[in-house]
Parts: sequence; structure tokens; C-alpha cells
Amino acid sequence: MERQSPLAKILIHLAALCLAAVIIAPVLWLFVMSISPAAGLSARPLQWWPAEVDWSRYATLLSRVENSAGAAVTTSLANSVMVAGMATLAAIVLAVPAGWAVSRTPSVGWSLNAVIATYMLPPVALAVPLYMALAKLGMLNSVFSLALVYLTILAPFTTWLMKSGFDGIPREIEAAAMIDGANLWQTLRIITLPLALPTIATAVLFAFLLAWDEFFYALLFTSDLRAKTLTVAIADIAGGRVSDYGMIATAGVIAAMPPVLIGLLMQRALISGLTSGGVKG
Amino acid sequence: MSRTWLTTRAWLLMLPLLAVMVGVIGWPLAETVRLSFTDAKLIGSGGDYVGFANYAKMLSGAAFQKTLWTTLWFALSSVTIEMVVGVLAALLLNQRFYGRTLLRAMMILPWALPTVVNATLWRLIYNPEYGAANAALMQIGLIDSYRSWLGEPGSAMWAIILADAWKNFPLVTLIALAALQAVPRDTIAASLVDGAGAFQRFRHVTLPHLVGPLMVALVLRTIEAFKVFDIIWIMTRGGPANTTRTLSILVYQEGFSFQRAGSGASLALIVTLIVSVLALTYGMLLRKSAGSTV
Repeated sequence: MERQSPLAKILIHLAALCLAAVIIAPVLWLFVMSISPAAGLSARPLQWWPAEVDWSRYATLLSRVENSAGAAVTTSLANSVMVAGMATLAAIVLAVPAGWAVSRTPSVGWSLNAVIATYMLPPVALAVPLYMALAKLGMLNSVFSLALVYLTILAPFTTWLMKSGFDGIPREIEAAAMIDGANLWQTLRIITLPLALPTIATAVLFAFLLAWDEFFYALLFTSDLRAKTLTVAIADIAGGRVSDYGMIATAGVIAAMPPVLIGLLMQRALISGLTSGGVKG
Repeated sequence: MSRTWLTTRAWLLMLPLLAVMVGVIGWPLAETVRLSFTDAKLIGSGGDYVGFANYAKMLSGAAFQKTLWTTLWFALSSVTIEMVVGVLAALLLNQRFYGRTLLRAMMILPWALPTVVNATLWRLIYNPEYGAANAALMQIGLIDSYRSWLGEPGSAMWAIILADAWKNFPLVTLIALAALQAVPRDTIAASLVDGAGAFQRFRHVTLPHLVGPLMVALVLRTIEAFKVFDIIWIMTRGGPANTTRTLSILVYQEGFSFQRAGSGASLALIVTLIVSVLALTYGMLLRKSAGSTV
């Protein structure tokens, strides 16, 4: 690399400082709102940092007292974990064999292209019949139905990731195992799947994040705490007549915590997934 | 092993995926097509065949055309901002400075924040009475009274675009940065020896490595922006005076709020068609540019 002139050095550091401020300020503000007393948040001029840190909202929202705001958050949090977990598991179970098949037998690749092309479909194009069918079957407002519907988003994406992952594992290794007498199942179990584990892990992360983020289907297909996910619960809190904005912010911090932690800790896996051709929208 | 067996085996392994996809995508899509030619209601049975009446009604309505322009405006503005700021940030993060590793790690924050949380956060920031945007701009002296950023037709869309761009430009940055790191150092060294200036170096050495990944990001972000629902629903629900109503919001209102399943379905298919045409055009451009720059 070329040597930086002192002026360039200063400019680069200034620009980096601006970028850092742009990235951090909104996130930090969300957190500050969640620990500021309500009076400080409605003061003019605004109190940018609380004189007294107030953690009580976290206790309120994470409590399990029935019919409280806390119950709404903890129950919908559990629903989100269930829906995202089930949908992720199903998406991986479907994607691993299909991704391997397309990777090793390119002649069936057009079917995967057809599956990936469904990415262009706006969810509104599927929502009306899905709603009518679930209503008819009495399956609205259920975490299972929601997880099933989430496969429309998750499965094409995980299959695409798995296919490119298997493409990176040379066929020759599998062929060598076969020559040594292993059958197909043994080859896949002993050779291919262990090598594909990093890709599977990446696919799990992306699938979980996509499901955690989902709002549209959850808004349409759930109506109460038996199935409402956290995204819908937050929209309820934010849309309702809450006098304390700190409460909305606290719910936001709670919902953001899992994906933000995954993002910060698993950065390497996520970025490899982003750049291997898979891009989360 | 014979070729037919290999193909059969591949189909067998794909069967579970394909079966689920037909169930949750194929069938609903076919059903949407059928509904679009009927006057079916969301709740209740039946619906009579009405031919192209729904399409005619939707396409000729003033709401559709206005909404189409609103969607185009949103997609074009937010994607342009994301691409430009995203690439500039990537170029910066590819320089040497103190705290670079930390800042690179931070870039994942907005991307990891759930869309609903992001929308809620910005709604609080834009709050007309207590919002941080009003407080900050007032303290700096840029405005002399608090404004309702999301409540005024003139500023609501820009406020949403800003919130959307903030969340999504880091994705472009991460993709562009990975591409920048893949530029061979030898090539850069060689261009320095040959006396290339900073701009020439960017244009002829760096840019060719960026074009491919950036085109992919551009296509995906544009499709996403066209389908936008969540952020707008949370921030304004399409208001004020429908100035932020995009196509997905319009379909939701028609199909679910007004429970007109038939015309909602026809509108949904029109949107799908627009997104497909857009994606195909992009795909062709992508192939062309891949052919000319590599």
C-alpha cells in the first residue's frame, strides 16, 4: 500500500469518525431511551443522557405477570423463538439434500432456479390464498402455520446457500470414499456433511435472522398471544397509546438483542455467506 | 451408475423441498391468479367469475398510478443512497486508520437490527413532540420550531427513505469491502509503479473487481425496495394523505383492510409482473456487464 500523506491521514480519520457516529448514534439512542426516566425523554431541551439510570423497564417487560405488558413481550418472545427455530430447522432439513442433489447433478438445476426465482414474488401475492386456506382449516393464529409459511422465505435461500457450499467440496473426495467401499449414505455422513458444516452453520444463522425479522405474515396470520411474534408485539406497543416512549425503546432493545449478538459474534460466518453469492435482502 | 439413476436420485432428494414449495408458493400463486378473475371476498365462500374487470378497475384507478410512482420514487432514492454511501464507506474502511477493525465490526449493527425495530426507532426519533431529530436540529439551530417529520406530506417519504438507507447501506458496504479485499495487491503495486493516479487506479484496477458483486447487491436491493411493506407500515401506514403508500401497502389495504380478495389478488399480480420485468431487465444487464468488464 502507498504511504499516506499527513493531510490524507487526518481526512481519513475524520471520515471514519463521521461514519462511526452515523452507525452508532441511532443504536445508542435506542438504548439510552430505554434507560432514561420518562420525564427526561419528554423534556425540552431533550435530556440526552439520563441523570439517573433507570433499568426498571427491563424488569417490567421481562416479567411474566399475567395480562401485563411484560407477559405480552415474554410470550411473544417465546413465540418468536419457536417459530424461528422450527422454520429454521425445517428449512435446513429441506435444503441439505436438495442443495447436494443440485450441486452433484446439474441437470436438475433448473428446478432450483425456479425455486430461487420465487424471491421476486412480493409476499402480498401469496398472502390472500394462504390466509383463506389457513382460515378454512382453522390453522390461523398458530406458531406451526406461521413456521410453515416462513418456509416460502427461508427454504429457497438456505437451498441456494447449501448448493454453493457443496459446490466448494470436491466430488473427488466423495468418489475416493466410494472406491474405498463406502456406500452413498456413509460417504455423505462421514465425508460430505462434516465438510459442509460451516455452510450449514451459516445457513442456520441466516434462516434464523430472516425468520426473526419477519413481520408481514406474522401481522396477517396471528391475532393474539397464542402465536403473535415479537415483531408484531412491538408494532402493537408502538402503535398503541403508550405514554412512555422508553417502554417502546426497551421492547426494541429486547427484540434486537438476539440478532445483534449473532451479528457481532458470528460476523465471519455471516460475511462469508453474504459474499458467496448469498445476500440477505 | 447410470445417468437416469443419478437424475432420479437427484429428484428424490429434491422432492421434499419441491413438495413444500408447491404447497406454500405454487398453489397460493395459482390460487391468486384464479381469485384475480373473481369478485371473491376475503371471508365467506365463492366469488363469481368477472373476467378482467378487477384488472381494468385497478389499472385505471388513480390510486394505482400514484402508488406506482411513490414506489418507484422510494426504490430509486433509497437504493441510490445505499449504493453510493455503501461504496464510499467500503472505500474508507479499506484505508488504514486507528480503530478500523472495530468500525468494520460495527457496520453489521444496522443490518442486524430487525426491520420492525429500525422502523420503530426512527419513528421515535422523528416524533413531533419529543423526538431526537427535532431536539438535535433545534439545538444546532437548523430549525426554529419542532416539526412533524412523518406527519407532513412533504417530508414523510424522505424521512422513511433516510431510515431505510441507514439500515441497508452497511450491507452494500460489507459486500463491497469483501470485493475490495479480493483485489490482488500485485495489481495495485503494478499500477503504482506504472504511475497511475488515485482516480485512474480506482477506475481501472479497483472498479472492475467491484462491478460484479455490486450489481448483485443492486438487483437484490431494488427488488426488496419494490416489495417494501414493513418499514412504511410501522412508520406511517402509507400516510399522510397516502403520500408514502407503496404498492404492497395498497395490495394489503385492498385485500385485507377492505377484504376484497379478488381485486387485491389482481393488484398483487400486477405488482409481481412489474418486479419480474424489473428483475429480468437487470439480469440481462448483469450478463452484459459481466461479459464486457471481465
